Amino acid sequence: MLKPKHYFLLPALVTLAAIILFPLLFTVRVSFSSWDVYQAGLDYIGGKNYLRVFADGRFWESLMRLSSLSLITVTLQYVLGFALALAVWKEVKGQRIFRVLFLIPMMTTPVVMSVIWRTMLHESLGPTNDILSMIGIGPVPWLSSAAGAFISVIMVEVWQWTPFMFLLLLAGLVSLPKEPYLAAAIDGAGPWRTFWQVTFPLMAPVSIGAVIIRLIEASKIMDTVYVLTSGGPGTATETPSYYIYIRGLRDFQVGYSAALSLTYLVLMIITLTIIAKLLMRFLVGKEA
Amino acid sequence: MKNLTIGSISAIAIAAAGALSPTIAAAEDYTKYGIAEDLPGTCNYAAIDAKDYSGRTLDVITHAIPVIGEPTALHAEQFAELTGAEVNVVHVPFGDLFQRIMIPFQSGQNAYDVLFYASLWIGDFNRFLAPVPEAYTASSGMSDVTESFKGVATWNGQMVQYPMDGDRHYLKYRTDVFENEELQAKYLADTGNALKIPETWEEYNAVAAYFSGFDWDGDGEENYGSAEVSKRDDLMFSAFISRAAPYAKHPDVKGGFFFDLETMKPLINTPGFVRGLELFIDAQEAFPPGGSSFGLGDEIFSFGGGQTLMSYSWDDAFIQAQQEESRIRNKVAAAPLPGAKEVWNRDTGTWDSFDAPNRAPYMTWGWSSAVSEMSDDKEMAFDFLCFFSNEANTFHDLQIGRFGVNPYRDSHFDTTFWQGLGWEANVADSYVETLSGMEQSTNRVYDLRVPGVGQFMSSMANGVAEAMAGQKSAQEALDGVAKEWADIVDRIGEDRLREAYANVVRLEDG
Repeated sequence: MLKPKHYFLLPALVTLAAIILFPLLFTVRVSFSSWDVYQAGLDYIGGKNYLRVFADGRFWESLMRLSSLSLITVTLQYVLGFALALAVWKEVKGQRIFRVLFLIPMMTTPVVMSVIWRTMLHESLGPTNDILSMIGIGPVPWLSSAAGAFISVIMVEVWQWTPFMFLLLLAGLVSLPKEPYLAAAIDGAGPWRTFWQVTFPLMAPVSIGAVIIRLIEASKIMDTVYVLTSGGPGTATETPSYYIYIRGLRDFQVGYSAALSLTYLVLMIITLTIIAKLLMRFLVGKEA
Repeated sequence: MKNLTIGSISAIAIAAAGALSPTIAAAEDYTKYGIAEDLPGTCNYAAIDAKDYSGRTLDVITHAIPVIGEPTALHAEQFAELTGAEVNVVHVPFGDLFQRIMIPFQSGQNAYDVLFYASLWIGDFNRFLAPVPEAYTASSGMSDVTESFKGVATWNGQMVQYPMDGDRHYLKYRTDVFENEELQAKYLADTGNALKIPETWEEYNAVAAYFSGFDWDGDGEENYGSAEVSKRDDLMFSAFISRAAPYAKHPDVKGGFFFDLETMKPLINTPGFVRGLELFIDAQEAFPPGGSSFGLGDEIFSFGGGQTLMSYSWDDAFIQAQQEESRIRNKVAAAPLPGAKEVWNRDTGTWDSFDAPNRAPYMTWGWSSAVSEMSDDKEMAFDFLCFFSNEANTFHDLQIGRFGVNPYRDSHFDTTFWQGLGWEANVADSYVETLSGMEQSTNRVYDLRVPGVGQFMSSMANGVAEAMAGQKSAQEALDGVAKEWADIVDRIGEDRLREAYANVVRLEDG
């Protein structure tokens, strides 16, 4: 039985439905249509688009590529972020300046930074190869070889998003209790042992949260790829988000790109849920 | 009928204004708008100044600044000042332009009156465009437009795009190298061949490879042979078409370049296209560092900046090289795209040999404009387009490289105009002869101007990129493209595509 107080929830529920449920349900409906550059509208073609997704090798290859990319970038971001957080955790000279400096990459716009990186890595006109040549290295095919382009994307991602990891992990470190450290000191544990026996386990919940948030973000990587490599050379750096962009907005295959998006969404939800469970089991030692 | 009525009324109005214009022109000074003088013409400054569109609004969508976006903003402001109309201009990056126009069309929204876009999208947009009224097709500016660009603006016999740019691919090269006796002698001694402007793509690759990796212009920096647009999603498909055309477009075989018009079977994996792709792959050895991922901007700066010996694409790199501050100004020239001495004959299934190279000039897509069929004020919209491309504005815009407006009228093929910009006579002559020569060709190639052209070109670019990156062989990559094209034909509809493709074949076969 609805009481008057329940009606106060209505504005929030309607807003929620409008901004989350409607677009999602509309995308589901579009994915069962043949909406294309010539055929606009919501006709019904059953699961044809989904059958096409399963036969689309380029999509599945991009998904495998994304897995490697995410694994490498998030691992590097975590290690570097943790190291930087530890470096400014305790009282050090210039602590505040370092904390702000470390955060600057995250505060820049990804598209703008990608343009700047592309300019720096430009093999003919950019400064990177010029500088490397002074120490006898190069020229490095940053963007024109498959391996170089893949590494370049990793480099930009790590540069841009390590500060995010740093921020979360520093917040976790600052809120750690003092007592376990006192106990470790009394027991004669050195810095290395204190880190592995005290800091790392205590930081596990924060670490898992940070890693999952970054994995979610990394799985949506689009702007860096778009600006830096356009998915090339060949398809060497093409990710699912960029591929869906091409199919949806360049090719205007609206129905098919909706099916790609939903398939991708479901796969991401399943994969990230499994990863979160596994991390909880191995790092915290219990079910989430 | 409604269009005819609007057209007739507009014709009378424009004729009256045009008749009045000399008197008005004498009274008014329009040089404050940046033009040298107001030239006689149907939609010149005086004629448009005589109109009053106060209280009326025009919504325009165009490309980002500067290419086409800048002249659109400039002429919109002028039009508003002259007529009292309110002109709103929306600038959109190229990657978003198609969908920003298509979504309102498909959803029936009257979002924009005037549209500036890539002319090859005519196959997708024609259903939503207002035919150009007779008053404007008979205007002074339009009668000067070359036949080929009138054809580009026409769909099923009706003009639906308003020509305001002309584009084609052609070869650009450094005359200070090709005419250098020392380098000529060195090339002859090292290769056994005389150094000459490449007439085939094999010759192009050979010359480009030879002139790669050493400082042939003495500026202390290494130079390279060829700058080409090779980045997958950055117009690389056009570069590939230029390279494949002479091998795949047989002068005696009619009925389709990309498809067999009768069967709508893709021809993209036939030996002519495969040969073109193989040579494109080979050419990479003559690219500058990073040249395998060059977009159009990189190509412009590489050739226009003096790094490379040769290039081919739109006018931009040439115009860049001819800028006043350019260190290679008047050291460049234009020539027709290289050809092929072996051409694939799909009728006989054999390679035919030619003594003189087969040339297949590529009239690549350029910018075009149109008025939406849903526009509430078509008369004002067409007046704006007519004003945009009036004689004074066009000559003004041609002089500014970043505007992206290139010759498309017979009057633009006048060497004295280009010499007036500081071009030496031989440079201006080569430019004018190359461009106007393409108008005379009977073996031209046009873009695949059919519904879903974005899908076809995206698929082709991906296949070519895979082959360029060594992920697949040329044949494997193009077989994959052919399969995707067949699937696209099935999805969009064979009959629908055949009917559309017939428009392209008519342009190519005459």
